[in-house]
Amino acid sequence: MLDIKGLTVDLEEEDKQILKGVDLSVEAGKVHAIMGPNGSGKSTLSYVLSGREGYEVTGGSATLDGQDLLDMDPEERAAAGLFLAFQYPVEIPGVGNMTFLRTALNAQRKARGEEEVSSAEFLKLVREKAKTLKIDADMLKRPLNVGFSGGEKKRNEILQMAVLEPRMCILDETDSGLDVDAMKLVSDGVNALRDEGRGFLVITHYQRLLDHITPDVVHIMADGRIVKTGGPELALEVEKNGYTDILSEVA
Amino acid sequence: MRLAPNFAKPSQARTDATEARLSGLALPESGAWGRAARQDALDRLREMGLPQPRDEYWRMTNPRPLNGAQAEAADLMADDEAPIWGETGALRIVFRDGVFDAAASDDLSAIEGVRIERLADAMAGDIHWAKDLYGALESRGQSPVPRPFAALNTATATDGVVIDATAAASRAIRVVYERSDEGADPVLHSLVRVAPGAEVTLLESGAGGARINTVLEADIADGGRFHHVRMQGRDPGRRAVTHSFARLGAEAAFKSFTLTMNGFLTRNEQVVEFTGDDAIAHVAGACVGDGRDFHHDDTVFVTHDALRCESRQVFKKVLKNGATGVFQGKILVKAGAQKTDGYQISQSLLLDDDSQFLAKPELEIYADDVACSHGSTTGAIDPTALFYLRSRGVPEAEAQDLMVLAFLAEALEEIEDGDLAEELRVRLEGWLARRAG
Repeated sequence: MLDIKGLTVDLEEEDKQILKGVDLSVEAGKVHAIMGPNGSGKSTLSYVLSGREGYEVTGGSATLDGQDLLDMDPEERAAAGLFLAFQYPVEIPGVGNMTFLRTALNAQRKARGEEEVSSAEFLKLVREKAKTLKIDADMLKRPLNVGFSGGEKKRNEILQMAVLEPRMCILDETDSGLDVDAMKLVSDGVNALRDEGRGFLVITHYQRLLDHITPDVVHIMADGRIVKTGGPELALEVEKNGYTDILSEVA
Repeated sequence: MRLAPNFAKPSQARTDATEARLSGLALPESGAWGRAARQDALDRLREMGLPQPRDEYWRMTNPRPLNGAQAEAADLMADDEAPIWGETGALRIVFRDGVFDAAASDDLSAIEGVRIERLADAMAGDIHWAKDLYGALESRGQSPVPRPFAALNTATATDGVVIDATAAASRAIRVVYERSDEGADPVLHSLVRVAPGAEVTLLESGAGGARINTVLEADIADGGRFHHVRMQGRDPGRRAVTHSFARLGAEAAFKSFTLTMNGFLTRNEQVVEFTGDDAIAHVAGACVGDGRDFHHDDTVFVTHDALRCESRQVFKKVLKNGATGVFQGKILVKAGAQKTDGYQISQSLLLDDDSQFLAKPELEIYADDVACSHGSTTGAIDPTALFYLRSRGVPEAEAQDLMVLAFLAEALEEIEDGDLAEELRVRLEGWLARRAG
């Protein structure tokens, strides 16, 4: 489903290579995790895939269901089914959470040639999804992410994911800033979305998130490359021995 | 009231410009008090002269388009929108090119708690309560900064609305300034007197002329409340200079909001004076401008001369394609006006590098126990926020509109009546949609 081949990326401002040839394929129905030390390029990969400015792709390709992602605007990628749960969800004063979500959903549907969702249908859909994430009416009414706690922001990201129903979900350090209870809520939300038509790429520094969201495949990323790939046991190895051992082993 | 002595005699050039503007302008027919008030205003105007481009108070806005003897013709705009606030149940008063349109207006007596008259009628007689208000706040407002166009207005206004609120008004009053003449150059002057404990809402909308000069004098007695919400006409070619003078008694409240979309030149001056303790005044505005032929100026002067009064100025501007926005706002706290709470914020969102925002925020404080703050910011749309919205599938243009509305929402929130504010927000959405692509 998501196919990344030989992807090389520079930081535009600094002329510095961050990704040095990433190869990765996420199949539908599977959860892939990417782990790696700080500065390994994990988050850059998520930004490049979602179309954030400031990065220059110098080689390789990234496709979703065969469509060239790198040639699309961010909104087109979203309509094609890509979703990035941000490490730092952005606060946007003045834009209501619900207004935003409905605008996004209908924009995606319009782009795909589908009918827009009515207010009543939308309200029903959001309420249902919000309930399982323990997002109350007040959070839905407030401006987007404004004054939300870390946990609320992450739950709000998962709510967006649940409402937009993307084909391919990328979670960038979703566990950062979460306490145990919030981690459980967020993970339950993600697990509820797991199905055979949907792929996940879970980016995390720590193994603990993977206790809750069990990956099918674990990749270790270092210095802009995937250096090792294995099963869930690889995450446990990181937890036990840290990155140094694995990195010295592949070096 | 005479002018403060610090006005120098106007230069010959200024006098010539003033006389050129006045040439052929006869003072409208009035009864005795009206004649005197107009003559006083004319004397005031001659004493200060019309503004010239180098005047400090007009440094950021060129007054020339307002100075000419004739109004420059401005194309009429085809407007297919339903009239704003048409469904609010407000009493409608229509001026077409500055002339009262009786057929289009409601019966002026169809309101409880308020007596409404036309200025032309009020001035025709020799006795009227308006004698004590007409030109009174305007002339007080001439110091320490001259406002010549307001004096010009007092001298030459042909009509307007005279509102005497004695209790809580049974409905709002909606004044519509229609425009059907390409060269219409109306001068309208309205008065609002709010009795102790009375409350009234005045809504204004429309362009009204190719060039329009309006003055509003509002005298709000102890415990009175006056709400003023205005949407200035969208006609791209119109020039407008407006003054609103408000004087507040103890525990009185004044809430004012203006939305401006388009217009070649708009100068909105707001002058607020607290004379009684514990009063509040909120003046706010939002404008959206597109193109080099858009210049919008908010000039505000708030004088605290009483205890524990609260003033609040909130002005937001969205500018694109070379549009210019100006804000000059001052809070003057006189000696003894202790526990004053003064707040002022002016912000602009520039959608490109060609547009500009000029701001001159000022505080002048002579009391030692006050809380006053002011701020001014200018910036572009936050690219991180824009990316966040786009990453969820919202197209760039739509995401930008969301951000623009979000930016302006804070100003719209200043309007106490949420329904009135919502209608303005819908108009803003329409404005943005028309500019899409």
